[in-house]
Amino acid sequence: MADLARTISPSITPEPLIEGPDDDLTLTDSVFAPVWKPTAKGWWFLFMICLGGTGMLFSAIGWTVYKGIGVWGNNIPVAWAFGIINFVWWIGIGHAGTLISAILLLFQQKWRTSINRFSEAMTLFAVICAALYPVVHTGRPWFAAYWLFPYPSTLGIWPQFRSPLTWDVFAVSTYFTTSLLFWYLGLLPDLAALRDRSTGKWSQRLYGIFSLGWRGAGRHWRDYMSAYTLLAGVATPLVVSVHTIVSFDFATAQLPGWHTTIFPPYFVAGAVFSGFAMVVTLIVPAREFLGLKNVITLRHLEAMNKVILATGWIVAYGYAVEIFNDWYSGSRYELGHLHEKMLGPFAPFFWMQMFCNVVVPQIFWKRSLRRSLLVMWIASIFVNIGMWLERFNIIVISLHRDFIPGSWAAYAPTIIDVSLFVGTICFFGMNFLLFLRFVPSVAANEVKELAHEMRHTHV
Amino acid sequence: MSEVARQFVMAGFKEPELMLVAAKRMRETVKGEVEAYTPYPVHGVDEALALPKSIIPKMVGTGALFGVCGGYTLLYWCSVIAYPINVGGRPLHSAPAFIPITFECGILLSALTAFFGVLAWMGYPRLYHPVFESPGFRRASIDRFWISIELAGDDPNKLQAELKELGAEETDFVTEQLQ
Repeated sequence: MADLARTISPSITPEPLIEGPDDDLTLTDSVFAPVWKPTAKGWWFLFMICLGGTGMLFSAIGWTVYKGIGVWGNNIPVAWAFGIINFVWWIGIGHAGTLISAILLLFQQKWRTSINRFSEAMTLFAVICAALYPVVHTGRPWFAAYWLFPYPSTLGIWPQFRSPLTWDVFAVSTYFTTSLLFWYLGLLPDLAALRDRSTGKWSQRLYGIFSLGWRGAGRHWRDYMSAYTLLAGVATPLVVSVHTIVSFDFATAQLPGWHTTIFPPYFVAGAVFSGFAMVVTLIVPAREFLGLKNVITLRHLEAMNKVILATGWIVAYGYAVEIFNDWYSGSRYELGHLHEKMLGPFAPFFWMQMFCNVVVPQIFWKRSLRRSLLVMWIASIFVNIGMWLERFNIIVISLHRDFIPGSWAAYAPTIIDVSLFVGTICFFGMNFLLFLRFVPSVAANEVKELAHEMRHTHV
Repeated sequence: MSEVARQFVMAGFKEPELMLVAAKRMRETVKGEVEAYTPYPVHGVDEALALPKSIIPKMVGTGALFGVCGGYTLLYWCSVIAYPINVGGRPLHSAPAFIPITFECGILLSALTAFFGVLAWMGYPRLYHPVFESPGFRRASIDRFWISIELAGDDPNKLQAELKELGAEETDFVTEQLQ
């Protein structure tokens, strides 16, 4: 792209992706600095809040297991609610990590280098949070493996493979495994560099063990890069398949509001949209506090905001097609659903969703707003809220008014539902803080490679 | 572990270009195996060391094939042979409904093969290697570009002098520590 831009207009010279001195030692040390620095008070403050929230999460899970899932607000007809809303929301957030690390790698987008490790970690923790919900929703999590995975048991009963819910199990567990392996493989050279830069005996040993003894031999780099690129290659269709399959959970049902073919692409775009928003939400404060402004530059943030704007329009298109199809179907149930969505008891949520996901991203048309830290941070939080509301609306609005008026009912979450949701946010935050503390959040070896390239080709 | 301790002549370079020239020269003139160590993948190492193509793609391709075949077989066996249930009159062998899991199994096996395959192929985990004996080698993961030549009858002093001439910042001679 950069080459193309230069050919078309030689006057366009993109801002550098790395600012300041770019020798290998300085870059390594600036990226590793947050790992060596003594733990900051602010870190402890946030960590304690998140730890408390994690305690709340596990108490809520414990209570659910003890009393049964009746302590959740969902019931017939709204049989799916917070559990699946949050599941889809978290999975969607995870997708941006894979998109940044895998798809942008395949497209050779150099700007991914500084943010890929960060977003991959986000993916991992988000998928853990997501997977918690369906497992707890089974009511007896210790049986979950037996119901979900085809493992030989003496009962001779096997899962029902024609159901998208079983597809989901395979998709999400494959997604978690692949993301973890991809992240760890990418981390190896940096763990070796941490081993070689550390002075403490224990840190040397620990980083030494986790680096598996990596020594950066030419033969190894050849195989390593091949494996890494292939993992990116399989992660790319994987990420698309995961959210497609998540959308099948709904799209294969006959319920008005769910039964539509736009769901797979619209879910995937929504996942990328919300995931990028979450990256911005996390990275804006993190680069400030970790002193990573030289490698995570405004150009990176601006590029992410452009992706948010673009995927925001795909999502908006999805909303338009949904509304059009409801009207064009001529089905009184589909029309009824449309009426409920726009004017029913949950209508404020729908209009709030439209505001957050369609109106708010439009500010990114303006360059100065795209580059303002405060503006993008607030906008990204709006998008996170908007995308949560989108899943709420898809699930609750569709379920609470189905075909027979006799089965209509309202829905409200219970305190346990809310604790679980807030709890996973804190659990995610806790994992993320630990990651920022002990692992370099920027891939030092990739940044050095980029700097080397920039010195030689003036990218 | 071999009984005989291996010995290596090593040289660290500031610039990858110098290292590449030296690696190429060593490979052409010395009997022992030459290896290069870099903090990040450097373009030209494959040519300088005359490395053959990586085997990993074939490995992963095989993994993917096993995943796809194994996945579909599993679905077919479970749904048609082991536990046939009639769900709304749908065929027991519902090929379109089997596609997503087959696909995921293909991905899963490729990912597992890529990760564990590449580690096994490279010989990791292996925490000790004689090159770690050289104190300067600690910078090979940070900002220096090293080469090592396994001794196979060459004179280590002569090699070190030659490497210095080729622009090495420092050279070293290490012996494997056997347990």
